[in-house]
Amino acid sequence: MPAIAETRDTVESLGQSTYKWGFETEIEMDMAPKGLTEETIRLISHRKQEPEWLLEWRLKAFQAWQGMTEPGWAKVSHPPIDFQDAHYYAAPKKKAGPKSLEEVDPELLRTYEKLGIPLHEQALLAGVELPEGEVARPPVAVDAVFDSVSVVTTFRETLAKAGVIFCPISEAVREHPDLVRRYLGSVVPAADNFYAALNSAVFTDGSFVYVPEGVRCPMELSTYFRINARNTGQFERTLIVVEDGASVSYLEGCTAPMRDENQLHAAVVELVAMTDSSIKYSTVQNWYPGDEQGRGGIYNFVTKRGVCRGDRSKISWTQVETGSAITWKYPSCILQGDGAVGEFYSVAVTNNHQQADTGTKMIHLGRNTRSTIIAKTISAGQSDSTYRGLVRMMPKAAGARNFTQCDSLLIGDRCGAHTVPYIESRNLSAKIEHEATTSKISEDQLFYCRQRGLSEEDAVGLIVNGFCKDVLKELPMEFAVEAQKLLQISLEGSVG
Amino acid sequence: MNAIAPVGVSAAAFLSRCADVDGNAVRLAAADLLRRVGLPRAGVEAWKYTSLRTLADIPFAGAPARPDGAAVDRLLADLARVHALEADLPRAVMVNGRFAPELSRLPDGVSVARFSAAGDLAPHGDVASALNALLAEDGLTLTVAAGVDAGRMALLSVVVAPDGAVLSVHPRHRIVLEGGARLSVLDLSVGRGDYLNNPVLDIAVAEGAHLVHAKLQAEDAAARHLAVVHAEIGADASYDSFTLTLGGALARHEVHARLNEEGGIVHVNGAQLLDGRQLADLTSVITHAAPACNSRQTVKNVLAGHARGVFQGKILVERVAQKTDGYQMNQALLLSGTAEIDAKPELEIYADDVRCSHGATVGALDAEQLFYLRSRGVAGGEARAILVKAFLHDAVELMGDEALRAVLNRAVETWWNRKDA
Repeated sequence: MPAIAETRDTVESLGQSTYKWGFETEIEMDMAPKGLTEETIRLISHRKQEPEWLLEWRLKAFQAWQGMTEPGWAKVSHPPIDFQDAHYYAAPKKKAGPKSLEEVDPELLRTYEKLGIPLHEQALLAGVELPEGEVARPPVAVDAVFDSVSVVTTFRETLAKAGVIFCPISEAVREHPDLVRRYLGSVVPAADNFYAALNSAVFTDGSFVYVPEGVRCPMELSTYFRINARNTGQFERTLIVVEDGASVSYLEGCTAPMRDENQLHAAVVELVAMTDSSIKYSTVQNWYPGDEQGRGGIYNFVTKRGVCRGDRSKISWTQVETGSAITWKYPSCILQGDGAVGEFYSVAVTNNHQQADTGTKMIHLGRNTRSTIIAKTISAGQSDSTYRGLVRMMPKAAGARNFTQCDSLLIGDRCGAHTVPYIESRNLSAKIEHEATTSKISEDQLFYCRQRGLSEEDAVGLIVNGFCKDVLKELPMEFAVEAQKLLQISLEGSVG
Repeated sequence: MNAIAPVGVSAAAFLSRCADVDGNAVRLAAADLLRRVGLPRAGVEAWKYTSLRTLADIPFAGAPARPDGAAVDRLLADLARVHALEADLPRAVMVNGRFAPELSRLPDGVSVARFSAAGDLAPHGDVASALNALLAEDGLTLTVAAGVDAGRMALLSVVVAPDGAVLSVHPRHRIVLEGGARLSVLDLSVGRGDYLNNPVLDIAVAEGAHLVHAKLQAEDAAARHLAVVHAEIGADASYDSFTLTLGGALARHEVHARLNEEGGIVHVNGAQLLDGRQLADLTSVITHAAPACNSRQTVKNVLAGHARGVFQGKILVERVAQKTDGYQMNQALLLSGTAEIDAKPELEIYADDVRCSHGATVGALDAEQLFYLRSRGVAGGEARAILVKAFLHDAVELMGDEALRAVLNRAVETWWNRKDA
């Protein structure tokens, strides 16, 4: 009797939390003492064997940060953060030496296995029979960041053959200092904003990608971020540079254990796209969102920005935001080269007591630059979700175009959905179109689905997936499937 | 919000002009706000695009009791000529912020009372209203009794600043429509010289009443205009407004409309036609505080020269306001490469069974449309005129009162002809 089985499953799932990534890994950690002073920064820099210039850069950022105040304009509220009450460096203890999969702590490997992240470089062989139910996947190179350090990066040799550099940024500082020095902070300056300055001072690891001229990166690159240790913040830094005519697709995923206290994640991502190049950056953000009463969860305060430096370059941001207690994030594009293209596709789902203030900035500097913004916001429970976006046409952006569409869906009458676009044009020939709607799931659609035998929850899932289709179709295949499932899980318990 | 809003520039010059702050709770609160927040500059979110920084350095003075009578007469005569104001249209005239009964002809059906600081100052939280509360000396309360259709009237403001002086006037008006009453008001401001006009208008529209409010702001080129309207709308009542901004070097028209009971309707439409170095800002907050209300907003900006147009429109739907229907459209037409538009259309929604949408477009005159007209023998200047007027037509035609709509259309026509000449 499938109906009974389904009921039983539903009842069972209600009894336990739906955040299945909330486990904690027991592993010996090397941690900096709590607090944030110049000493902390010197310690981080020393642990990572950094050159003098980087330490100075960090200290300068720290100095700027001390004079800054937290931004207050976002529609989020939280108790004041005590920045001295956290560890700014936490790394799994490991032996020195070159990294290979065999040397990685098996406990860590088990963690990533549990999270479903492929760290083994299984080659896809023609004619090999896959176990039933498993689909052949193209290989994805993964950089796994565990708290403050990268534990392993896969497929490095394959990538190196193509000339692509994909490694932890701390390693790039040592191995490719000229590249890092040239581009680090060139898109998001060290003192750009409060959280970016904090990140610049204490960033620990993250990924570095360099795709040389004319190279199309042979596989998807991906970084998986995991916060594990208690009382830490994660401050990763990602830098992607794509030279003339090159292209790359980069994915990012993240999870954290379930805890009652809030943890801070303040990342900076910088993208540089040269002439005729393209960068596709996809995120599935699934940090622990806190429990149903709003206890715990990650504060996700992130600065992401890309600059289309060359003509006809393209940067495309796609994000599916389901996690985090609070999200404060505006992946942006500076369209500097003539004919450059910026895209932002976003689905943000909030449930229970989550708060999200997210959107984008499209700054049009070059002639005939184009940008597209599609933002879908879904609020349920007692959550608040805000789209906040800026489209700015500068005087030289002749012939520039923008199209923006923001749609909000409210599920229940205790949540909020807000839209705050800023539209600024200083060019006669630039064209901007913006439209936004807010509505609830239509009774008719629900009734139609229910009538055909779908449960209410499945019907809502179907309708929500349809609502988000425009964004989900921009995700790489395997991420799209994961994102659809995530949407369903995030909204569980929000209807009925 | 986690942080305290950044503090603006000092409002000390205004604060020092108010003699009897202590006697009045509203004035006390206003003075406190101005002391704490000051005159907002760009860092303050609600004033992001319109800084009042420059006001701090200007030695504004109160208006003299006897303005230049001849100048006032000339301005009033111009009104008849330029705006073809019907001679028999009942009117209440304010000269330099003070009621001028000798120039006024009050309509039947409207009872008029003079302002008193003790009874007529409603407390408001915004800076421009605070500035008015601090320095208001005069104004009118226009009341239409229940069930009365009081027809049409004009509320005229004339400010004349003597040469070499900079005036600031702060009239405080109220319009009260009792149950089922009707009134159409043409709210027109003109002036000469260097001055700040800071009128605040409190509106209460009771159950089933209908108020039409057509505002035409045609202040002198050097003037500043900081107006605020606070409207409270009752059950099945409507407030139908249109604000046409033509004048002033720095202007802001701020509307706070609140739908308090079921079935209320509010229209906050407007157009800003700007040239030279003008900056004009239309800011509105429409609050749906009851179920099944309806709000509509269409705002157009036509910007020439180095002008800057600002539109900030917020629709706030409270938890109780189910079945809300809200719509907002804001469009800007840039006529020169040096003009600028800054728009922030905002939805803040806490109820789920609502239909709210907004749209915004920015662009130049459509080259294809121009070509179409030119190819049919319409001269370049005339083709542009046709397209600009058609662009504005969408908004102006929403004005419910036909005679007032005609006044607005004439004003658009005059503006275009003067600009084109």
